[in-house]
Amino acid sequence: MKRNTLSLRLFLGVTLAALVVGLTLRPKPSLTAPAPSPDRLQISGAGATFPYPIYSKWFDEYHKLHSDIEINYQSIGSGGGIRQLLSGTVDFGASDGPMTDEQLGQAKTKVLHFPTVLGAVVPTVNIPGVTAELNFTPEALAGIFLGKITKWNDPALTGPNPKVKLPAEDIVVVHRSDGSGTTYIWTDYLSKVSDEWKTKVGKNTSVNWPVGLGSKGNEGVTGQVKETPNSIGYVELIYAVQNKLPYGRVKNSSGAFVKADLDAVTAAAAGAAKNMPDDFRVSITNAPGRTAYPISSFTWLLIPAKIDDAAKRKVITDFLQWMMTKGQAYCNDLSYAQLPKPVVTKELKAISQIQ
Amino acid sequence: MNYRYAWRRVVNAVMLTLTGLCALVTVSALFLILGYLVYNGGRDLSWDFFTKLPKPVGETGGGMANAIVGSGKLLLLAAMIGVPVGFMGGVYLAEYGGKTFSFLVRYTADLLNGVPSVVMGIFIYTAVVIPMRGYSALAGGLALGVMLMPIVLRSTEQFLRAVPVSLREGAMALGARKWKAILTVVIPAGYKGIATGILLSLARVAGETAPLLFTSASNRFWSHGWLHGETASLPVMIFYYALSAYDDWHRQAWAAGLVLLTLVLFANIGAKLILSRSATR
Amino acid sequence: MSLPTRPAPAGRVRSFINRLRTGDEVAHLITLLFATSIFLVTALLVFELYDNSALPRHKFGWAFFVTQTWDPVFENFGALPFIYGTVVTSALALLIAVPLGVGAAIFLAELAPRPISDALTFIIELLAAVPTVIFGLIGMFVLVPFMRVYVEPFLKATLGFLPLFKGPLYGIGFLTAGVLLGIIVIPFIVSVSREVLLAVPVDQREAALALGATKWEATWKVVVPFARTGIFGSIFLSMARALGETMAVTMVIGNVPKIATSLFAPGYSIAAIIANEFSEATGDLYVQSLVELGLVLFLLTILLNGLARLMIVATAKRGTSQE
Repeated sequence: MKRNTLSLRLFLGVTLAALVVGLTLRPKPSLTAPAPSPDRLQISGAGATFPYPIYSKWFDEYHKLHSDIEINYQSIGSGGGIRQLLSGTVDFGASDGPMTDEQLGQAKTKVLHFPTVLGAVVPTVNIPGVTAELNFTPEALAGIFLGKITKWNDPALTGPNPKVKLPAEDIVVVHRSDGSGTTYIWTDYLSKVSDEWKTKVGKNTSVNWPVGLGSKGNEGVTGQVKETPNSIGYVELIYAVQNKLPYGRVKNSSGAFVKADLDAVTAAAAGAAKNMPDDFRVSITNAPGRTAYPISSFTWLLIPAKIDDAAKRKVITDFLQWMMTKGQAYCNDLSYAQLPKPVVTKELKAISQIQ
Repeated sequence: MNYRYAWRRVVNAVMLTLTGLCALVTVSALFLILGYLVYNGGRDLSWDFFTKLPKPVGETGGGMANAIVGSGKLLLLAAMIGVPVGFMGGVYLAEYGGKTFSFLVRYTADLLNGVPSVVMGIFIYTAVVIPMRGYSALAGGLALGVMLMPIVLRSTEQFLRAVPVSLREGAMALGARKWKAILTVVIPAGYKGIATGILLSLARVAGETAPLLFTSASNRFWSHGWLHGETASLPVMIFYYALSAYDDWHRQAWAAGLVLLTLVLFANIGAKLILSRSATR
Repeated sequence: MSLPTRPAPAGRVRSFINRLRTGDEVAHLITLLFATSIFLVTALLVFELYDNSALPRHKFGWAFFVTQTWDPVFENFGALPFIYGTVVTSALALLIAVPLGVGAAIFLAELAPRPISDALTFIIELLAAVPTVIFGLIGMFVLVPFMRVYVEPFLKATLGFLPLFKGPLYGIGFLTAGVLLGIIVIPFIVSVSREVLLAVPVDQREAALALGATKWEATWKVVVPFARTGIFGSIFLSMARALGETMAVTMVIGNVPKIATSLFAPGYSIAAIIANEFSEATGDLYVQSLVELGLVLFLLTILLNGLARLMIVATAKRGTSQE
């Protein structure tokens, strides 16, 4: 009994000491943050992983400007954003696929779409031994994702890439396992360039993929491609860039192989900027233009038109204005293209619709 | 005959060695896990990790202070919800229960115990998150608390039953009412076992991830208050960070895993020590 | 002598109030209340699961269980790929955990001296306490590359003629998920099997040894069969655990709702798809189909748990009744 008592006392003593130390030294949020004022607010949003890097930067910067406001964003995929907004469990949603009429019909109040940035979805690859940038034709991409092109040295791939030695290995396809706007953009593009894809699979935030592994979020797909040799996945540009993954050029509707960058994405939006519909729901994949990158898209914040909480309404409208004007300056560093000026003007007017 | 006997002895030696190997392999699994966690996560365990908030996506640095506090909050709520119910229920079963009702309660508790944690998440989502129109620490705490109930109930009943009847009878012979006897004699006699049961159950739910995914969700800032607002927690952060592509996040996931495992192991070893002491008394 | 009559109703009420005042009835009622609340919570859980899966139950009926497609676009949902994945990974897990676990239990119960046996059992039980998300972490970054680089090519080279081992090697898939699950459930098999083996009466062993059996023969041919039911119980318990395991499986199974014969292929389990898609499913039918999957999982685990408990209790009774 003596031995057990000693070890027990030792254990209790250590635990107590650890507790005391931990409690005294732990950060006390209530002291470091300003004293709770009536307008200290936490706003919750959820949705697309496509713009998550720029959104998290924005919310961080906005918090620095207004230390009593915290906007917490859950990057759970566009499908999740739409769903959470419709169930009312978040204050705003975010999606790279605009809400369908059916979904809008399910909402209790009208939902407004506000474009935030332009981005590109790129085919990112991990082929051991291949460092060159690959050229992808629309037929090749559709074929790979339909499961018809199964090896890297298929003629559809070696044709546009004569100088690259592609291995005779199986292609590992990686797609999204969650409801994703990035998937929406990708399948929207594939539906436009491949009739077989359009009838067999269709475009949506979540589809019945013919082949491939599923990963959660842009983050998951990037991670998966990074870990799996001979794989290809589709991700938002910044994810490939930040993780130093090679991504290919895609042939656009004018026949040029274009690499995704800010200019190419902005070029894709040029046409839409002039003819933007009032509800801002527009698709710019496979856009015309010699320098346009064919898999570009707007991404939207989904804001309810009627916000009862006056404090929240003020913060949201204020944030939107900041985002469209000063916030755009942060885009370029994170490889997102800024909103075209005509679109911003139109959006600023639309903010007044939020009551 | 000799050959046959020799063969049997060989088989004997081989099989027994094999079983020893099985035990060795199983035991070494734990050390491997610990080893990997320490190797991969130890490097990232800095003061920052415990005190800073997460940084924006793609930027290195930052920590998991909010997740650590969040997990603490969730466990506190879970304990406040699950422990009283489990404890009182256990007292009922050990001291008062009638035959059929006790059987039903035990059966229900076993049922509840067997519910997969992700299904518990669905339940709390439909019953709490939707009506409350938002994620909250409360929802997460409820999910964990409901998982606590059957474990605490069973262990409380078990340790109360282990208290000798003579103690109860002695107290009542001295004139104490039944409830007073239970309160002042029986429960103190069994408190070590009960306390360890509670400690172990807390350690078990501390590591649960699935039920938190759709109840308390996640938060990159501090979560204020208990009734509203997403709350970051260690297991959920580990999950999201592990699935990401950023190496920095991977390292932080390892570090968080190390912290979580250390706490869990600490609780388990502590429980064992407390129990072994009471056994030798 | 007149028989004692029951007190008149007024008298019973009065005696109830008296008992209340003494506190005993109060204590009884309070604890009863808490015990009942466990009922209520469980009942509410079952109700919520049932109620929130109404749409797919009415639309698909029993066809839900045999449909292979999971198509959110065309709103066609079927549970078969997930049931398949859950069963395959759990079966694999047991295939790995049962020999290892029973072997270890035999060693710990029969061979090892008591202090060593206790110490090793303690360590193995610690393994059971490890949060499964940490298993998932190890699975993703340690097990998957290991499987992809060493184990799967080896299996393909040696057993590649079997349909089980065909196809591209991802590292991620049914096989890896099964192996990881196996590691997770071993402690349960070890600890329960060890207990039932220890409960076998000493006379059984001694009788066998007295008849000239080697230690192994005594164990394998007498003790283990005696504890057989209990060991099966532990297997069922572990299967129930494996079925419901979410995090570790989600991180290594590949998240593809397809049925494939090859173990190298990616797949999906019920728990994994709920974890991945529940927050994000748009449309009532989609969400409720996921809830129905949860209901299926719940029923499966109840069944297995119930069977397991019966078996373990049966062995314990058998052990003590034979004295």
